[in-house]
This record gives sequence, structure tokens and C-alpha cells, in this order.
Amino acid sequence: MQVFLQQLINGLHLGATYALIALGYTMVYGVLRLINFAHGDIFMLGAYAGLFAAVILGVTQSASWGAVFPVILMAMAICAVVGMAIERFAYRKLRTAPRLNALITAIGVSLFLEYGGQLPPMIRIDGFDFPFGAQTKTFPTGILPPTQITTGTGLSLSAVQVLTFVVTLVLMVGLNAIVRRTRIGVAMRAVSADREAAALMGIPTDRVILFTFALGSALAAAAGVLYALDKPTIDPLMGLYVGLKAFVAAVLGGIGSIPGAMLGGFVLGLTETFVAGYLASSWRDAIAFGILILILIVRPTGILGSSVREKV
Amino acid sequence: MRLVRRLIGGLILLAVLFAINGWGTAMQQAVNSRPDLQSIAFYRQFSIWWPVVLETGRWITLAVSLNLINGLAGQFSLGHAAFAAIGGYAAGAITVFLGPRLCGDATLAAPGAYPPGWNLLFAASLIAGGMVASAVGFLVGLPSLRLRGDYLAIVTLGMGEVVRVVIEHIEPVGGSLGFNGIPLITNFFWVYLVAIATILAVRNIAQSTHGRALLAIREDEVAAEAMGVPLTRYKVLAFVIGSFFAGMAGGLYAHFQGSIQPQAAGFIESIQIVVIVVLGGSGSITGSVLAAIALTLFPEILRSVRPELEQYRMVLYALLLIVLMLVRPQGIFGGRELSLRGLLARVKR
Repeated sequence: MQVFLQQLINGLHLGATYALIALGYTMVYGVLRLINFAHGDIFMLGAYAGLFAAVILGVTQSASWGAVFPVILMAMAICAVVGMAIERFAYRKLRTAPRLNALITAIGVSLFLEYGGQLPPMIRIDGFDFPFGAQTKTFPTGILPPTQITTGTGLSLSAVQVLTFVVTLVLMVGLNAIVRRTRIGVAMRAVSADREAAALMGIPTDRVILFTFALGSALAAAAGVLYALDKPTIDPLMGLYVGLKAFVAAVLGGIGSIPGAMLGGFVLGLTETFVAGYLASSWRDAIAFGILILILIVRPTGILGSSVREKV
Repeated sequence: MRLVRRLIGGLILLAVLFAINGWGTAMQQAVNSRPDLQSIAFYRQFSIWWPVVLETGRWITLAVSLNLINGLAGQFSLGHAAFAAIGGYAAGAITVFLGPRLCGDATLAAPGAYPPGWNLLFAASLIAGGMVASAVGFLVGLPSLRLRGDYLAIVTLGMGEVVRVVIEHIEPVGGSLGFNGIPLITNFFWVYLVAIATILAVRNIAQSTHGRALLAIREDEVAAEAMGVPLTRYKVLAFVIGSFFAGMAGGLYAHFQGSIQPQAAGFIESIQIVVIVVLGGSGSITGSVLAAIALTLFPEILRSVRPELEQYRMVLYALLLIVLMLVRPQGIFGGRELSLRGLLARVKR
């Protein structure tokens, strides 16, 4: 029972990361019908942006809760700008092109970020290298206090896990509020329902799409910092598999659906942790993709997605 | 008459391949057995470029076979390397486990110059590898009936990763350490025989009724179905044939390197094949061939001229892909073919 609860906590922790990234996939898919392959690499950039922020703010050894939040916010801001730049320069021209061209471009952007990030450093600011170089870097876990909450029954909850749950909850509630209550949120939903009709109604679609990229990238950046705080090694290829799995989570929940992405992320995180914990950990990578293939064959619209009939 | 002409053409082709192969293998053996030849520029250059020539043939096979699936049938697949890896493992298993028993000891044979019995077994293993790969291709082709465009791309990508993890768990072929000790039978003759066979097969399919059906599916699935094109059969057919040749290319690779790793099934390998097809122009066979040659030679030339630029190769690939999609999304050749006759007509005018 105690092992089960511990696995549950670990699974929810992993799922929170997947869910935060999956939200970006699902929102971009909603407005553009594009699988933004580069989104996993935005997650990677988020981890590096967090490292950069920690170095710039000089909080790598601060061991306080107060220092974590500026680091996360700064990483989110940096990645929001990067996400908007990618949309503006790589994807915008391809909106009317066949969808596969946009997909190939997205793969190109992803490869560019992964291999561009591995180039040898050219600029060095206070020990932060840019580009990052091919070697793994250690993320300063000293930002957080080394607290470890242990319950009477022996369950342990690390500071990173607590932080992850709090930040994820706040971001999800915030996102929900933005999408449901604000003008730009309504505009996002309108664009995702029908882009052309939204444009005819006077909605500035370009600006809404930019905003969607900024929002999605900021969430991925937060996930990147939280993930890096937990596993302190980061490298330019770290976004590849985590990104692909988060995409699986988005498809699992129903791509295009925001609650679906949240649900899908947690379901995938829990499944992966339980299978790895109880059956065999070396099959870990195959689980997510097995789920993906299964769900696409059995129910392509995912758990919460609605089916769209093709009209001729 | 036509049949006789074709037969003669085929025989000449075989003879040419055989002659080049004999020359290349003899040169290679000379370089290997006498290190002093390395001081002669011609021999030194030969030992650098001969493996590149063989490598090029493999990429041509992979790109042209993917072009059948991606370019002609329009089924965007991101898992082509997985078929190649399956073929490579299957062919390697046959030569490693059956070879010594059926064809005797060949530990002293030089790379690419095995006794005839081994070559026969190798040919059989390539075909068997191709068949195993196409059996998996059949399984992958089935879900493609329900999935379109980017969803299919993701499923094939996931399939590649699943294949990689499964291979990592098959202990008799090395598990996650990779399959080592595969005999080095691959030579110029086999590489280019398979490449030419792939090109001819895909070209003939493209120009047949079946090819027209595939094109119809690519252009508009719903319309094709309304016109009576059996979608199921043709989509699966494209996957089965494409993965067969990819499997043979994998067999050639395994017997060229002497080993094969589970990572050969992964995403990054598949992407490289996709880059070649997209660059050449999906649907254009000559485009795929030329792009395969260019993209295999380019990094080697880069390495021999400015070795420090090697690390920029993948970044350049990525930029190439992005710029290509923005400027010329149909690829360099578009759907067109480069032909001698067409070139001559253009020169005359």
C-alpha cells in the first residue's frame, strides 16, 4: 500500500510535467491544426532559460522558496518570446500550405533547436554558455530548500514535487481563467472553432495565434524548469522524448481539448510510473508509444475529443 | 524483340556492376594488405571514398523506397528506418546463425570478397530480411486506413520507437548492446543491384495502373475512393513494397558495418531519409536519387575540406528543411523526373 501511494505521487509528478507540455501541443493544434514538433524543444529551452535566469539572478545556491518563482517566470517569459518568434518566422507563411509542409517545417525547427543547441559555446555570461554545447549540464537544485516531507507511514514528498504540484495547479487554474473569461481567450476559442469565420468577425487571428504560441511555450518553459529541478542534468536533446510523450498525452486526452490535455498528461504519467514500477522499467519508452498507436487505431479523437466528420 | 533487348541490357548492367565491384574490391584488398600504399594519393583517396560510394547506394535504396510511400501514395511515414533495422537484424541473424553451418568457415575472407556460397546465402538473407520488414510494413499499413496525414506520421514514428525498444529486448541478437560480428559480405555489386532493382520497381509501379491509383489516393482520398480505387489494398501495398526494399537496404547496412544497433530503428535515422525525399521532391524518383547522392557526399566533402564544420551538418539540414518548405515546398524536382531525353530536347531547342 505504501509503495502504491509513493508510486501514485511519483506518477502524478511525472504527469504534471506531461500535462503542462501537452497543453501547448493541444492549443496550437486547436488554432492551427499543426502538430508543433518543436514544442518539446521549447521545453528544453525552458530548462536552459531557467538555468540562465538562476545564474543572472545569482540564486543558484539561495535555498529559498522565494527565489524559485522569479526563475520560473523569467524562463516562461524567454520561451514565450522564442515561441512567438518561431510562429512568426517559420509557420506563418505556411498557414495556407498543405498541412504536411507545415509538419515538415516543424520537424526542421525541432532539429534546428536540438542541434543548434549542441553547437560549441560562443557567448559566455557568468558561466552560462550559449549555444549550450553537447555535454550535459547540471541544473542548480540549490535554488530550492532541501526540504523532504516524510509522513508517519514513510511516504516522502520532495520540495520539487510540492513545488511542481503547486505551480501546475496555479498555471492550470490561470489558463482556464484566461481561456474562459478573458477577451483573448474567447478569441482563441473562436479561432480554434473556425479560423476564417473568426477573421470575418473581426478577430485579429494573427495576434491570437501569436498569443497561443506564447501561452503554450510559457507553460512548456515552466515544465522545463520543474523537470530540471527534479533531474538535475539537462542537455539539448532532453526535449525529444519528453516532448513526444507529452504529445501522446495530448492525443490521449483528445487533441484540441484543453481539459483533455490535462487529463491525458496525468493518465500517461501514472500509467508509465506504474508499469515501470510494477512490471519492467526497461519497457518504459514503449508504453507511451504503444498507448499512442492503440488510441489512434481504436479512438483517434481521444478520451475527451469530439469527432469531426469529413465533408466533401 | 523488346524482351531480347531488355535481357541484353540487363546482362550488360550485371557485367558492369560485376566489373566495378571486382576492381573496387581488389583495390580495397590492396590498400588493406599494404599500408605503404596509403602514401600514394590515389590509394588514400580511394580508401576514403569507396565506402562513401557504398553508403550512397544504401541511401538511394532507402530514399526511393520511401518515395513510393511518401511521394507516390502520399502516406507520410516517419518510421522508414525501423523497416530497414528489422531487415538488417533479420538478414544478420540468418548469415550469423546459418552461415557457418551451411557455407563453412569464412573467418579469413576479405570484406566484400566472400566465397560464392556465402554470397548466395547473403542474397537469400537480404530477401528474407526484406520479407520480414514487409510483414511489419503490412501491419503498419493497416492503421493507415483510418489515419491521415500528420496522425499517420506520428503513428509511424511511434512504431519506430516501439521497434527499437522491442529489439533492445531480444537477447540472441545482442539486445541493447547491438548485434555484432555480422560477416562483412556487402560489396558494390549487391549494394547497387538492390538500388537499381528498387529504382526500376518503383518506376514501373509509378507508370502502371497501380501507380495511377496511388497518385489518385495522394491527391484526394475521398475522390479516389469514389472513383473505385480500393484504398485499403493500395495503401497497404505501398507500405509492403516500400518496406521490402527498406529491409533489403538494412541487410546491406548490417553486412557493411559488421554490426547493427537498435538505434538504427529510431526517429533520427528516419528523419534523414525523409529529408532526402523532401529535398529531391516527393514523387520524383530521380529527385530522390540525386538528393541521396548529394546529401551523402556533402558531409564527406565537408569533412575532407573543413573537418571543423562537421558539427554544423545537422543544423544545416534543419535550416535546409525550413528554407525549402518556405521557398520551394515541392522539393527541387517537384513531381517531375529528370530524363536524358528531356535534357536533350531542351538542349536542341
